[in-house]
Parts: sequence; structure tokens; C-alpha cells
Amino acid sequence: MYDAPALAPSRNLCRVTALAPCMTDTYPTDAPFEMTDSGSGQGRLFRPLGDWTLDRAAALDRDLKRLEPSAGAVRIDGGGLGQLDTAGAWLLVRLGRRLSGDQAEPAFDNFAPAHAVLLERVGETERETPAPPAKGNGIVDFVGRIGGGVVGAGQQGRQLIGFLGLATVTMGRVLRQPSRLRYTALVHQIEKTGLDALPIVGLLTFLIGVVLAYQGAEQLRTFGAEIFTVNLLGVSILRELGILITAIIVAGRSGSAFTAQIGTMKVNQEVDAMQTMGLDPIEVLVLPRMLALMVSLPLLTFFADIMGLAGGGVICLFLLDIPPDQYMRQLANATDISHFWVGMVKAPFFAAIIALVGCFEGLRVSGSAESVGRLTTQSVVESIFLVIIADAAFSILFQVMGV
Amino acid sequence: MAAAENIIEVTGLRTQFGRQVIHEDLDFAVRRGEVMGVVGGSGTGKSVLLKEIIGLIRPAAGDIRVLGGDVLNDEAAMRRARESWGVLFQDGALFSSLTVAENIQVPMRERGGLSQALMDELALMKLALVGLPANAGPKFPSELSGGMRKRAGLARALALDPDLLFLDEPTAGLDPIGAADFDELIRNLQQSLDLTVVMVTHDLDSLVAVTDRISALVDKKVVVGTMAELMELDQPWLRSYFHGVRARQVAGMAAPAS
Repeated sequence: MYDAPALAPSRNLCRVTALAPCMTDTYPTDAPFEMTDSGSGQGRLFRPLGDWTLDRAAALDRDLKRLEPSAGAVRIDGGGLGQLDTAGAWLLVRLGRRLSGDQAEPAFDNFAPAHAVLLERVGETERETPAPPAKGNGIVDFVGRIGGGVVGAGQQGRQLIGFLGLATVTMGRVLRQPSRLRYTALVHQIEKTGLDALPIVGLLTFLIGVVLAYQGAEQLRTFGAEIFTVNLLGVSILRELGILITAIIVAGRSGSAFTAQIGTMKVNQEVDAMQTMGLDPIEVLVLPRMLALMVSLPLLTFFADIMGLAGGGVICLFLLDIPPDQYMRQLANATDISHFWVGMVKAPFFAAIIALVGCFEGLRVSGSAESVGRLTTQSVVESIFLVIIADAAFSILFQVMGV
Repeated sequence: MAAAENIIEVTGLRTQFGRQVIHEDLDFAVRRGEVMGVVGGSGTGKSVLLKEIIGLIRPAAGDIRVLGGDVLNDEAAMRRARESWGVLFQDGALFSSLTVAENIQVPMRERGGLSQALMDELALMKLALVGLPANAGPKFPSELSGGMRKRAGLARALALDPDLLFLDEPTAGLDPIGAADFDELIRNLQQSLDLTVVMVTHDLDSLVAVTDRISALVDKKVVVGTMAELMELDQPWLRSYFHGVRARQVAGMAAPAS
């Protein structure tokens, strides 16, 4: 393209200028550079013209790429240069490097002192670009990720069981010396996790009762057995739904709060400070939260049961014309008290799981605030998962026991 | 380029949080091409002043002009100003989900028009400019030391070749050697890139090494002058700041100023 050496120097300038992309409308000003042959065996002369700044860098980059294949020693003359910034200086340095081959430093002549300083600084850029991280085989990576996930989950399970042991031992020690228990923290946590959760738990379980009664009544009506809607409500809410919905809400509300609170303390090095003063973070942070949740979750479950049955009762009254007194009588006849206890007995176990996972993930936070967010998400997912697993285990247990 | 041209001009500034007044009728100006240090006791609103100039906090009253444009009321002037300044926050404020090179490319990408290959090269060049090795480019900010994060933050601040550079406590949290290196880097870049620098700092060494003039926030206002001039003043906070034990040590090591 730039077959300049074949041409006489005088004509050469016009020729190259005419070839340069200034003729397109890329540039508001004249040609950004010209290439001339000095003819004296010193190689060719490259003259940047006008401003070489970031604004024109994209266009300059394209044009220089087209110029570069015509190799040969080149001097770069800055006499015609207007403004220069680091982007422009980089383009000149790069051009010089490419044209002068990789051995010699490019020759820059006639630059204003400020431009020369800039070129020198930019010239310190390393020649070798770092190799991008190697991309592995897609399938191998995929299998590797699955394997890594499984191993990671296993390790975390082990750590969680270890943490359960630690919490149990600490609890045993504290129960022998009840004065060590932090009652203020305990009451505060009961208020936060129990009392403050009443509105949302009540509302949601009431609505669950409504939905359940409505759907049940629709189906049972086809057999003319609407009255059994009450049995359905009693058994399902008392045994499963009351506790499960409550546990899931509490995991989202309080389990995440535990992780975020303890995690933030970890980031602020508050936990480290505690340890240097001889305070046990398990005793100070984990136990009050765990005991508080084991108190408040059964209470919340009881409230949830009441609200769920109330929601069902409203539908029975309006849809099935079952008045409240008949609804209560049917409920008492149809549902054995054991259903209620089956639900209630699970509550402290679920509470322990939620508190344990929440605190465990909080204490795993290290370094940045970013990990607080990540582990909070993980804590909620994990505690809901474990609660449902535990619920399934309880179902099997009660089946075997015949309750 | 007139030496006395003011690139930043703040007049009659008033800042208030609730009933607490931080700045009252404050005037502050920075000339093109100088390095202006901003000092003051804690709670005097050094960082607040910086945030007001760069538009993160709105003052209760007053006028702020950057590059001649009224950045408080004129959206277009604010946009122009944003394109012509770079800001280095205390701990670099690098985007944690992006690599260092990608961080440097964020302003370039926002501006548009540059090819990925050119942006990669420019990012590499900026890294070299702030004294980071090329292999820092593909790393994530969490893999860098505090000093390297600051340098990477500086590289991002310089991504679009700004005229104006704001530094918030650039040497805080660095060891003395790292801090001295960083001071030298700033001085060096300021001269070779022809920058105007506004630097909030506590560090007397930095003030001596880098700044041309100093603005001290005292009694809700700014007292401005060279270090030698400020040392002459009879103001309690300035006296204890410049004539304290640490200050005497720094002054003893630097050239005899007064």
C-alpha cells in the first residue's frame, strides 16, 4: 500500500497524503500523519500532524494498523504535532516499536520537551503482553466444577457438624454455670426473632389457611364431603404447614440477619477483638441467638397454627356455610392432639438448624464486605434446605413410631 | 496558559448536616497546573469539600465552578467536568467483580469508540505509568496489596487523560516507603501529564514532597498559602499541626523552609 521507497521524495509526500485516510470524513482536521522517504539511507520519516489525543485514538489506531506492514527503520519526527496525551503517545511508541523491530528503541526526534517526557514515560510500558489465563477444555471444566462443588459441600457439611459439636459443648458449659448466659442479648434476640416476626408470620399463615381451605373445598365438594375440609385443614396445618412456613420465614428473616450481623463484626475485626479479650465468640454471639430462636420459633409456630386455622375458618364460613362453633367442634373431633404435638416438637430442632447455619456462615466471613453478601445468601439457602431435609426425616420417624 | 487561571473556583460555600455547620462562607480556588493540598483536623470537612466539588454531596449554599462551568446547576457543565477529571478514592474503590485491566477500561468503554485490542494496550500502558507490572492486569482487586490497589485506582483515574486529578488521602494506610514512592509517582505524573492535582491528606511528608500550595480548613473556612506561609500564621490548629514534634522532624529533614 505504502510503496513509498519506489517514489521520489518530492512526490512521495503528496502521494502518501493522498493515500492517508484524511480523505474520508473520519477527521475534522487534516491528515493525522505523513510518511516521507529521506532518501539518504536513514530510512523513512514519520511525521504525526495535529492533535494525537484519545478523541482520535480509535481512528488513528485503524489507520496505523494499515501502515504497519510496510516495515523498515523509521524515525519519528514530532515537529508537526499539536496536542499529545498518553493515548496518542502510546500509539506513537507502539508504531515505533513495530516499525523498528523489537530490538532497537524507536528514534523520536524534534518533539517538544513536554511531549518527549510523555513519550519516555509511556515508553516504559512492557513489550510483552501477559498471556491471558489458559482456557481449559469445556467438558473437563464442567465435570471439574461438579466435582469441586460436591467436595466443597462435603467439607462444609463436616465443618457444620463440627460447629454443632462446638456449640453443644459450649451450651453444656454455660448451662452448668447459668450466670454466664447473656440474658440481655437473649431477650433482645427473642424480641427481634419472635415478637417482630409476628405480623408477617401471622399474615402469611392466615393466607395459607385461606388458600388450602378454598382448594380443598372445591375438590371435596364433588363428593359432597365439604365438611372434611376441616379435617384437611387441621391435619395439614398443625402437622406440616404451620411449622414449615414459619421456619422458612424465620430462616429468611433471622437466619440471614445472624449471618449479616456476625459477618459484619468479622469484617470489622470485632470478633478478633473479642477473642483477644478472652471472650468466646460462640458463647457471646452464637448461644444467645440459638437459644433465643429455640424459644421464639415454637411460640411463632403456635401463633402460625392459630392463624392458619383462622384463615381456613373464614373460608369455611363464607364458602361452605359452616359457622364458627360447628367448625371448632368438627376440628376437635377430627384432629387428634397428637397432630399438634407432631408440629410443635419439630420447632426447636428447626430453630437450632437455622441459628446454627446462620451463625456458622457469619463466622466464615473473611476479608471483604463482598463475602458478607455471598454468605448471607448461602446461609438462607442452606438453612431452608436443611429444614426441609429434617422435616422429611421427621416424617419417616413419626411413620415408624406410628404417630 | 495563564498561570493564575483558576481551574476550580468555590465561593460562599455552606455545608450543613442537620444543625451542624461544617463550612460557612468558604472560598477555595485551584490554579491550573498546581498541586493543591487540603488539610484540616478530623471533622473539619476536607473529604466533604472534595465530594461537593465532584458532585457527590450537594452543598446548602454557594457556587462551585470547575473549568469555568457551574457544576451545581448546569448538567452539561457537570458532564464536561466529569470527563475531564479523575478521582482516586481512599482505598482505590476498584470494582471488585472486575479485573484491574477491566477496571481501567470502564471509563474508556463508557466513552465508546475504542476497539478492545486498543483498550487492552492502553490499560497495559496505564499500568506501566503508575508503576504496576503487566501481570497485575488480569488480577482481581482482592488479590492486590493496599499499595497496589491505590496504584490501580490511580491508573483508572488516569484512564481518560484527565486535566484534573482528585486524591482522597492517597498515602493513608501505606507504609512510609510505599507512601514516599506514591508521593514521587504523583509528582512525576503531575509533571509529565501536566495535571492539576487536588489532594486531601493528613500526611506532612506528602505535603512537603508534593504540594505547591496548601489549603487549611480552619474555623469552617479555608486558609490558603504555601507551607512556609502557613507556618508563619498564628492560628492554634495550624501551629500545633505544623510545629508539633512530627512536623519539626519532617521540616528538619526537608529543606529549611523558614
